[in-house]
Amino acid sequence: MRYMLLLYSADDAGPTPGTPEHAAEMQEWFAYTQQLQEAGALISGEPLHGTDTATTVQIRDGKTLSTDGPFAETKETLGGFYMIDVDNIDQATEWAAKIPLAPYGSVEVRPIMELG
Amino acid sequence: MTQSIVAQLFADEWPKIVATLVRELGDVDLAEDAAQQAFIEAADKWGPGNTPDRPGAWLMTTARRRAIDVIRRNADLRRKLDLMAADAQINLATSGWFAAGTDPDHVGDDDHQLVDDQLALIFGCCHPSLNTEAQVALTLRQVCGLSTRQIAAAFLTTEATMAKRLVRAKTKIRDAGVPFTVPDTDQLDDRLESVLAVIYLIYTEGHAAADATSLIRGDLCDEARWLADLVADLLPRQPEASSLSALLNLSDARRAARVDEHGQLVLLADQDRSRWDHTLIKAGRERLADAEQASSLVGAYRLQAEIALAHAEAPDAESTDWAKIVKCYDRLFALEPTAVIALNRAAALSKASGPAAGLAALDALDNQGHSELRHYRYFHAARADMLRQLERWGEALSAYQAALDLTTNDSERQFLVDRIALAESGGEPD
Repeated sequence: MRYMLLLYSADDAGPTPGTPEHAAEMQEWFAYTQQLQEAGALISGEPLHGTDTATTVQIRDGKTLSTDGPFAETKETLGGFYMIDVDNIDQATEWAAKIPLAPYGSVEVRPIMELG
Repeated sequence: MTQSIVAQLFADEWPKIVATLVRELGDVDLAEDAAQQAFIEAADKWGPGNTPDRPGAWLMTTARRRAIDVIRRNADLRRKLDLMAADAQINLATSGWFAAGTDPDHVGDDDHQLVDDQLALIFGCCHPSLNTEAQVALTLRQVCGLSTRQIAAAFLTTEATMAKRLVRAKTKIRDAGVPFTVPDTDQLDDRLESVLAVIYLIYTEGHAAADATSLIRGDLCDEARWLADLVADLLPRQPEASSLSALLNLSDARRAARVDEHGQLVLLADQDRSRWDHTLIKAGRERLADAEQASSLVGAYRLQAEIALAHAEAPDAESTDWAKIVKCYDRLFALEPTAVIALNRAAALSKASGPAAGLAALDALDNQGHSELRHYRYFHAARADMLRQLERWGEALSAYQAALDLTTNDSERQFLVDRIALAESGGEPD
């Protein structure tokens, strides 16, 4: 089954860029991604720019509205994702728990709806 | 006659059949329907002298046949097969039970597989990715075989609401890929914890109904005790499983004495101990011994069971081994430092070492900032009782009053009103 792991965290959570802690965490991200790859579980995974770069698009009364900012203002924001292919929710949550952000953020595990 | 044979078999065979079919089919709904069909057929067909030699095997084979019928009949067979886990498909292909000629009276049992299947069903129903309400409802439906209507009645909700809850749970199981398997060893402890929590919750729900009219909903207590026994039997080396079974047996032994002829709650100290169920006490004691033998590790259920056993073994409230109970509460508090456990400890301490010691423990608790206790009527009632024994009438009076303001139960209210009258007269009955 395919699952989307959605990575949420507060902007000020986790190590600050430029610090040795941040550099160490980057190594953890690389190692984690490689682990997923070697297990044959990785479909894709990307980090996202911050919500200050977000534009939200809606069509209302036939008009397209583009507004600055994320869809919902929340403390924890979506910062990246992994799409993985594993057997079941237990394996998916096991991978989710290994994500370097899990100690200070949240990983939402969502099964992908298989169409057709 | 036939009805009762089938009814007796139901308790034992239902979870085995559903568990096996869930593994083989990977479809909870289909397993449930097929098992139900098999029992209906048994009720129709079996009569005196016309009962199969191995009724369990007969039911299993019949249920499998009905499942095949449904799959064949189903227009969207293709979609159903897609939903099945890959290993379930292999099972279907290799077990050969699509060959319809299998004789229900000659099928092999595999005990080990059955243990695994039943555990897988229980662990699946109590999977942590389901919410607690769903875990409870699914366990009662799938493992205990209660009907949706029965579960709804037990939880004081409508059948439609409960049906919706079950459908939502089953949809999540299917869409999120919740496995019905026995967890790996490194996961087993955590997963068992949620299974035991579900069983405990079913028991407390049955035991402590908020409405005084049905103070004890016995059906749920029976189901919980049966489940705890089953899990303890299936996992004999897990001490907390045996301990929960011990706790529920020992606690349920007091059921008949817990409510008087007017349906009012009777406190432990005032219960007629001759009405306690000694078969259950014996069963509880044996389960506790199993737990002790399985491991020296002492968990929260084990401590609670030891407390329950201390009560069960005392001929009356006075001669209870209160010192032992205080020790158990000390260790329980170390595991779960909650105000309620500390409160129970203080109450036991007042029995073991006198009301002054109990009162000091209660007031220390209050000073430690457990202000939530002040919203808990038992805190005030316990405090009032200790003050009464110390003949500090003025303070006792205000503590009884505080308890009265918080109570919602008629029998408690009457008890407290009587005590207030006693305190107002300074201990002199009118």
